[in-house]
Amino acid sequence: MTQLFHVWVYLETTPLLGLVATLCAWQLALRITAIAHGHALAHPVPIAIALLVVVLLATGTPYAAYFQGAQYIHFLLGPATVALAIPMHANLSRIRASAGAILPAILAGSVTAAVSAMLLARLFGAPRAVILSLAPKSVTTPIAMGIAEQIGGNPSLAAVFVLFTGVVAGLIGVPALRLIGVRDWRAIGLAAGTAGHGLATARVLVVSETAGAFGGLAIGLNGVITAMLVPLLATLLVR
Amino acid sequence: MLRSLTLLVICQFVGEVMARALSLPLPGPVVGLLLLFAGLAMRYPRGSDVPAPLRSTAQSLLGHLSLLFVPAGVGVMTQLDLLSANIVPVVGSILCSTLAGVWVTGWVMQRLARPDVAPPAA
Repeated sequence: MTQLFHVWVYLETTPLLGLVATLCAWQLALRITAIAHGHALAHPVPIAIALLVVVLLATGTPYAAYFQGAQYIHFLLGPATVALAIPMHANLSRIRASAGAILPAILAGSVTAAVSAMLLARLFGAPRAVILSLAPKSVTTPIAMGIAEQIGGNPSLAAVFVLFTGVVAGLIGVPALRLIGVRDWRAIGLAAGTAGHGLATARVLVVSETAGAFGGLAIGLNGVITAMLVPLLATLLVR
Repeated sequence: MLRSLTLLVICQFVGEVMARALSLPLPGPVVGLLLLFAGLAMRYPRGSDVPAPLRSTAQSLLGHLSLLFVPAGVGVMTQLDLLSANIVPVVGSILCSTLAGVWVTGWVMQRLARPDVAPPAA
């Protein structure tokens, strides 16, 4: 028993534990998603997160200790984001052909998402810090955290909202667009990337490389647009 | 594969340096994405003739893109109090605003873009 305790004490200090936990939770989440196949609400990301949070809370492991190992997976977000350039480049001729439509579409979607998020949260009676953390929710995590901090929100809370938004956009995106007659993969990809950053893009990328390419483009452009517009919109809408 | 991964990390590194040195409102990886895209567009202007190893490395990395969001997402456990106190406004606001954002972007894009005439990407 004491032997086992020593092993645990050792494991707690190595990054291995967070890494193993994340990868195992992911495999389990994939299995659960596969079993629930056909159920529109089954998404491996929230399932894996819920599993990990339960385990960490139950074992009294602080987030910082977990992240010590999980950071190696987290780090790969950087090169993966850069890698989005490759599907984008494969669709170069498509992007060139619709360049004039891309900017207005992203701009409209970006403003709609940020303004409606802040107004609805205000309507529902959320405190100021929560409203301001919701404003940048549609963009990729590092940009969103930076914006939230700049306008007086809470960066960690913003990261959670970003994730939730990406899951929602990934789940409802394609069916919602079908509902209003949008079937063009370029439009679907652009909408996923604008409203739901990399997470929704990852979801459409599996179905269509074209959608993935326009999603990648939207992540970058929406990041720039949101970083410039949200501070302005926040001062107008949130007192 | 290792050469392609090196290229991706170099782009991220240069992007990080540029973002900080020029105080751009973008994180390093997004600047790196734009740099690599510009570089590929100049070197292979026809779009579909990127070296196969680069394509397969990108595909294997992007095939697991969703997993990479998990570690940051577990951070939700540090915000549980604030979150549970505001669960209704948060969920209501995110559901509705995300739906609105998806609809507006997709609709405007389909309205303004000319019909897709480009040959399908390889």
